[in-house]
Amino acid sequence: MSSILKLREFWLAVLIAALVFATNIRAPGFATPGRLSGIVEDSSILMILALGQMVVILTRSIDLSMASNLALSGMIVALINKATPGIPVPALMLIATSCGLLLGALNGLFIWRLGIPAIVVTLGSLTIYRGVIFLIAGGQWVNADAFSPAFVAYTRIEFLGLPLLIWYAVAIVAAFLILMSRTSLGRSFYAVGVNPTAAVYAGIDVGRTTFYAFCLSGLLSGFCGYLWVSRYVIGSVEVARGYELTVVAACVIGGISISGGVGTVAGAVLGSLFLGVINGALPVINISPFWQMAISGAAIILAVVLNGRGAKRGQRLILKNAEAAA
Amino acid sequence: MSLQSTEPRHIPDRLGTPLKAAIFSWPSLLIVVAVVLFIVNSFASPYFLSPWSLSDATFNFTEKVLIALAMALLIIAGEIDLSVASIIALASTMMGLALQYGAGTPELVLIGVATGLVCGAFNGFLVTGLGLPSIVVTIGTMSFFRGISYIVLGDGAFKGYPASFSYFGQGYVFWVFSFEFALFIVCSLLYYVLLHRTNFGRQVFAIGNNDVAARFSGIRVERVKFILFLLTGLMSGIASILLTSRLDSTRPSIAVGWELEAVTMVVLGGVSILGGAGTIQGVVIAALIMGLVTFGLGLLNVPGIVMSIFIGALLIFVIALPILFRKFRNRRR
Amino acid sequence: MTSQKEPRIELSGISKSFPGVRALHKVALRLYPGEVTALIGENGAGKSTLVKTMTGIYQPDEGEIRVSGKPVVLSSPHTAFQAGITAIHQETVLFDELSAAENIFLGHTPRTALKLIDWRAMNARAKSLLSEIGAAHIAPETKLKDLSIANKHLVAVARALSVNAEVVIMDEPTAALSYKEIQDLFELVELLKRQGKAILFISHKFDEIYRIADRYTVFRDGEMVGEGLLKDTSQQEIVRMMVGRAVDQVFPKKQVTPGPEVLKVVGYCHPTEFDDIGFSLREGEILGFYGLVGAGRSEVMQSLFGITKPSKGAVRIDGEVAVIRSPAEAVDRGIVYVPEDRGKQGAITGLPIFQNVTLASLNKTSKHGFLRLAEEFKLAREFTERLDLRAASLDQHVGNLSGGNQQKVVIAKWLATKPRVIILDEPTKGIDIGSKAAVHEFMSELASQGLAVIMVSSELPEIMGMSDRIVVMREGRIVTEFENNADLKPEALVRAAAGIGEAA
Repeated sequence: MSSILKLREFWLAVLIAALVFATNIRAPGFATPGRLSGIVEDSSILMILALGQMVVILTRSIDLSMASNLALSGMIVALINKATPGIPVPALMLIATSCGLLLGALNGLFIWRLGIPAIVVTLGSLTIYRGVIFLIAGGQWVNADAFSPAFVAYTRIEFLGLPLLIWYAVAIVAAFLILMSRTSLGRSFYAVGVNPTAAVYAGIDVGRTTFYAFCLSGLLSGFCGYLWVSRYVIGSVEVARGYELTVVAACVIGGISISGGVGTVAGAVLGSLFLGVINGALPVINISPFWQMAISGAAIILAVVLNGRGAKRGQRLILKNAEAAA
Repeated sequence: MSLQSTEPRHIPDRLGTPLKAAIFSWPSLLIVVAVVLFIVNSFASPYFLSPWSLSDATFNFTEKVLIALAMALLIIAGEIDLSVASIIALASTMMGLALQYGAGTPELVLIGVATGLVCGAFNGFLVTGLGLPSIVVTIGTMSFFRGISYIVLGDGAFKGYPASFSYFGQGYVFWVFSFEFALFIVCSLLYYVLLHRTNFGRQVFAIGNNDVAARFSGIRVERVKFILFLLTGLMSGIASILLTSRLDSTRPSIAVGWELEAVTMVVLGGVSILGGAGTIQGVVIAALIMGLVTFGLGLLNVPGIVMSIFIGALLIFVIALPILFRKFRNRRR
Repeated sequence: MTSQKEPRIELSGISKSFPGVRALHKVALRLYPGEVTALIGENGAGKSTLVKTMTGIYQPDEGEIRVSGKPVVLSSPHTAFQAGITAIHQETVLFDELSAAENIFLGHTPRTALKLIDWRAMNARAKSLLSEIGAAHIAPETKLKDLSIANKHLVAVARALSVNAEVVIMDEPTAALSYKEIQDLFELVELLKRQGKAILFISHKFDEIYRIADRYTVFRDGEMVGEGLLKDTSQQEIVRMMVGRAVDQVFPKKQVTPGPEVLKVVGYCHPTEFDDIGFSLREGEILGFYGLVGAGRSEVMQSLFGITKPSKGAVRIDGEVAVIRSPAEAVDRGIVYVPEDRGKQGAITGLPIFQNVTLASLNKTSKHGFLRLAEEFKLAREFTERLDLRAASLDQHVGNLSGGNQQKVVIAKWLATKPRVIILDEPTKGIDIGSKAAVHEFMSELASQGLAVIMVSSELPEIMGMSDRIVVMREGRIVTEFENNADLKPEALVRAAAGIGEAA
């Protein structure tokens, strides 16, 4: 029990529950299943992206190109759908995902093979990927009426009372729970971040592991590309602009340490939910949604300050107790 | 066994001449790129070589380069500030608020500068006072500062700045030389001197190379870093004055994404993202290159976003090139 | 009888050089199953290079390694691990954020039929491994960071057992342990012996060596100078082998009549690092600080230099109480510190030589805060030439210099500030003989000019060759102080530092 109390995830969950509860007092009807599932639905894409970012941050890197990757992959499937509406949606999902994987792998290769810092590579690819959207779309938007009904439906169809979008997130969270705790690759992400030197001793290829992390974040960005375009029914250069930092914010709030090696699937999920709940609660309690950004900023700063406090470590002791030396 | 000679052996100050070193430096390579771009542009569009259109072109990058100058020092010292664009938004919002209470141009300038300094001090305190990593801290303050602008403005805007205020972003000092351009020249020189010609600048390099050894050498590392955050805030405040004046309005979405453009400018200018190395010359020329590309492509009716592909590719390319070159050479040996 | 056994691992003719330093020269080492071999030698004798060679971090320049009679090439830490060689380091390098069980099994985790990690089996096996070595109190699920250093060692041992490592290297495993923990560790070593492991035990402490080891191998200056069974030799004999003063080392110590007292330290304490430190230092004196690694000498010096805060005690400079809260204040007061860790704390390798030298004296070379390069070159030239620096030019990056020359640059930086007291922490560790001689000569020269010098050193010839007085520290406290005269025997220092002769 005491070990649960020490978990950041536990307190974050408590905080989110308290937020929901408090909002419900101010605005009864907030904590209904329908409203709450709406909030989860709104946070689903962020959740998936945060999981990808988490893996990258675990290996002491950062992926700033996720949002651009998402927008580009999304635009590609939007254009395909517009041109040939007959292609089944699952195939489009696969295309978006592979496209994202390719873009992520490209980042990973530069980082692994050339040793360029991740922040530089992804800063570059952030602008390149977004520029490419403009090129392939000829500067045009893909508007709501251009999509086939199936394309739009595949995030909305309800299954067991919940829209598919939530189920995608649930499936990916479940897959990540297994990946991160039950596979060598998942454990390697942690090992590389905690102690790269010791990881080498244990036979882990640090560069390759980092590469896989970027492949993973790319893959999820690509899949979210489809989700985003389908959910918001628009394909444009502006899709998810600036969202890369929201994703990082969700991770930081979820307790994922930017210096690597520390973070959990639950943390990423809860960090995203926290931002989602704030987003959803503000309009309900008659606070302008424009407060949302400042609140999430304050939350990030607070999370970092708390993380920093936890990181203080005891040092090696030279002096010994008198009785121990006797 | 001991090999000591009686006469101390003479060690020359330098091997090779400074000129030779300068010719093969990063800024020189950038100059070549800039010149090539200039020539290409002048062939591509007949309007390019007109003094007025060149002058117009400078507005594309002067505000960003002001931030990039301070950011360069910060990155050389091994830190980063991603909140600069949000500081611009907040400073602009504060000026707009003051305007509602009847502030005149001097008060507006004062408020813009002060907001920048306060924001910089806040970042500096979190990073140096609490010992937190600057990249996450400033991602947080980035949302926080701009968030305050959104709280104040919502989807509205402040408008109606006094006529005298418009000089900063729209006025000309002499002929085609705008106030912004003049300020850019002056600040570039100041930052050049600060980084390359003062004790402070030397300490910045030492900290960026190895902040532990710098502390062990008696340098007050925290103080230097704090000052750098303060400077970055100050330059963001100044950029905010220029931009607000030029647009003659304040919206909370002002200068979105500029932080990454400023970082790109700095890195393209040859500043090591890992800290410890870089020049102001490089940053200034990189800014010129980015300006030239934007403007040249603009004259050809190529949209700005396509330019970003070029800039992004350039960023990765210029960093990858020396690494690839070194790998290739090592393989041949 | 035991000598008839096949060695489990045999190293022969191993040499390893680094630029300017010969770390190992044709050394041999044999470890036998079920026996503990103690590796004995001063710092810089090549012990850690040998460990790194055996664990695949360094590749030897020449020589052969055989495991169970078969020649092997240990090309990476992982191949060494797979060859059954495992090392337990001074500060165990494992994964703080992962659980004890995972630290034991990372890289060879038990799997379920679906190839997924089987946590239940892993925890169960970890539990049985841990209880096998008498560490049942460690829950397999505990995160490593929540364990004491002693318990981390146990986890490391369990890891060694989990892969059936045949060769276990223990590199100063007792350095940070309490008495009780050391006794537990020894029981563990006995257990490993009974399981037939070949154990290499590295320690400076003779009581431990005699308690646990069967054989010894003595290294000095990168060579093996003796080996055999411990029962066939005496402590004096081993100390003599260790010390065996090299014939080619002549120390240029000048006799100086000390001047007035510059520095006085009284009742200087730190909650965890050192206690009740007191000494005085006079102009022209070289005060040696001798002790084992981890005796707290560096910690005292860094505290005097303003890096760490003492909990109580007073520092007087020229009779006045001085409060030093940062290195910057220490430098202002005329106390400077040449750190042991040159790469991390001393030289700024990415900057040119002259900028390193002038870094702490910029206020002298500059005018109104503006740099004057000509003045900098002048100052840098003055001090680098006095130290006989070997470099192509003054704008060469310090990273391109040899260790010895980097050290000269760091010393030059401090001399340029015209200090009153210079503290040198292991000033010649890992540098070549030519640079060593230059540093020694210069130290002597400085003292004769009235500078007060503190030299922390773990090298006996150096400490005895250069110091006027020698303070010996052990476990954070000053044990004794010697006048350095002809009567002082090196054995006395070694005994004081290692705590031999006390009730142990």
